[in-house]
Amino acid sequence: MSPALAQLAQLTINGMAIGAIYALVALGLVLTYKATEVLNFAHGDVLMASSFVGWGLIVGLGWPFWLAALATVALAAALSWLIDARVMRLIVGQPQFAGVMLTIAIAFMLRGLVSMAFGPESRNYPTPWSGQKTQLGALVVADLSLVIVAAALAITLVLFWFLKKTALGVAIQAASQNQLAAYLSGIRVKRVTSLVWGISGGIAAVCGLLLAPIALVDIGLWIVVLKALAAVVLGGFGSVPGAILGGLLLGVIEQFSGVYLPDGFKDAMAYLVLIGVLILWPRGLLGEAHGRRV
Amino acid sequence: MRFHYDTSYRDGQALLRYPVGRIAYLVLLVVLLAVPWVLPKYYVGEISYLFIMCIASLGLMVLVGYTGQVSLGHSAFIAIGAYAHTWLLAQGVPFALSMLLAACFSGAIGLVIGLPAIRVSGLYLAMVTLAFAILTEHTIGHWKGVTGGFNGLSVGNPVVAGVDLSGLRPFYFLCLGVLVLVLAGLVNVMRAKTGRAFVGVRDSEAAAYSLGIWVAGYKVLAFVISAMVTGLAGALLAHHVRFLTPEGFGLILSLELVLMVTIGGLGSLRGAILGAVLISMLPTFISRIKPMLPDQISKQFGLETFVFGLVLALFVLFEPKGLNGRWIKFKTFLETFPLYRKDMFKRGKSYMKSERYK
Repeated sequence: MSPALAQLAQLTINGMAIGAIYALVALGLVLTYKATEVLNFAHGDVLMASSFVGWGLIVGLGWPFWLAALATVALAAALSWLIDARVMRLIVGQPQFAGVMLTIAIAFMLRGLVSMAFGPESRNYPTPWSGQKTQLGALVVADLSLVIVAAALAITLVLFWFLKKTALGVAIQAASQNQLAAYLSGIRVKRVTSLVWGISGGIAAVCGLLLAPIALVDIGLWIVVLKALAAVVLGGFGSVPGAILGGLLLGVIEQFSGVYLPDGFKDAMAYLVLIGVLILWPRGLLGEAHGRRV
Repeated sequence: MRFHYDTSYRDGQALLRYPVGRIAYLVLLVVLLAVPWVLPKYYVGEISYLFIMCIASLGLMVLVGYTGQVSLGHSAFIAIGAYAHTWLLAQGVPFALSMLLAACFSGAIGLVIGLPAIRVSGLYLAMVTLAFAILTEHTIGHWKGVTGGFNGLSVGNPVVAGVDLSGLRPFYFLCLGVLVLVLAGLVNVMRAKTGRAFVGVRDSEAAAYSLGIWVAGYKVLAFVISAMVTGLAGALLAHHVRFLTPEGFGLILSLELVLMVTIGGLGSLRGAILGAVLISMLPTFISRIKPMLPDQISKQFGLETFVFGLVLALFVLFEPKGLNGRWIKFKTFLETFPLYRKDMFKRGKSYMKSERYK
């Protein structure tokens, strides 16, 4: 393989790894958006909080990684469930803006609580794959990146199977499409929407646990939700496969712009993509045409 | 209860229709004029900052409260106003002209950002403005020639007609003067044809359109007015902080502004002022009560963030009309005493209304 080609391949793989995280975060956003029409700005803070909880369990209490990971995911899912069932439900029927403000409020509270509980320093914790590398042909890939891609793939497949093949999954889809019709068909809409929030929280926890070893456990980790927003928009708002595709693509775009564009573009690229897509091509890759009811 | 009894057209047009209101605002003005001689120096500086935030909050209120376009990126306009003003001052432009030009430049950027608002609305617009704010911060950080990049830029003194206004008291009066001008201007614009068109666009685009209102034009106009006022606040803020860095205009500032208009009560200028006062005073208040709290809580980093979130959540959940709504209820209670009923302003039961298009 020529060096230029090898660099391309290397960048693509690195981009896919970070893109897989974006895709998973975007997936969580889309799920809650479809179920409750709330764009969950607190999603990134659930992610950040679970990486701190993971650190506390692994380093603080000395739990084995898998046990700590399971406990963290369960905690985050329970937290998200409660946010929907106890808080978001109170503003059902109010304009979308109220939902945005309430999730921002929850985000602030989570951020404040985490920094009160753990302090402002960044930290790190060991995973079973930290520091190991695998040789793939001419490419060297960190094991952690492979695990991230595998986890994203697994979660997506399980979720698709769950949504398409199980009765509960179909109920979720029905409730997302039309709450009243779903309710009249005997679906417990409240419980189902809370469940969707729970699933989304669990996915956020997985992202947090996988992202933290790369980016350090830090309060600023919530910012990934903004990148995920760009991924959601790129993929087409409200489309689950679109979110995955958008996330992966965004990760690759970021890696490439870091190498081939002037300094400073890598961090700004996601937002440029967000603005560009929304203005020029609001449908996104796999989205449906969106308009508003009169 | 009061009933309007107008005996001339002038009565109907007056800003303050009743003697009580006139006296109250006169007293407020006298108090504000006396403040620099009564309060300690520290508070005079704080109150100048409060005025600047009130101006910015008024600017955002025009957009979010009156036209219903959510912007999560107004820190960008503050930054643009501040940097443009500082740069112009450094080029030797007179102070007043530089303020105006900075506001106009900010308004021009608002025009560019407002154009997409014709195509995208609601959540999408919120995302565009959010991304715009982040991009502006990046641009300021990397455009070293004009903005000094991350090293920062120091701001010249405000000098009007040979008089240096950078002292505490002169600056206080400068901010107060600009705030009064902006408020008077906006009150009049909002009750005139333009403001009513804004409200129409907010409540129903289709209805406004069918009544002959040029929806796209008014949406962009709201952006321009909002950006100009916010840019003006930015120009004043530059003198308050005296040294500009991109970090000072981050996402948190945008969110604080949105907090102000939401907590104040969307759709009222009084709300914008009340919200700005509450949110700007909250950090001072928290640092005041900290010594009274047990050490485990008061020493913690992040208490402020938590309190901000809590206040916002409580308002969204229990008083969606904000401080202004609370004030109106209180006023009605006084005016109708003893006839006020608890549920006079109660909202009906509501269900999820989809904004999706199917």
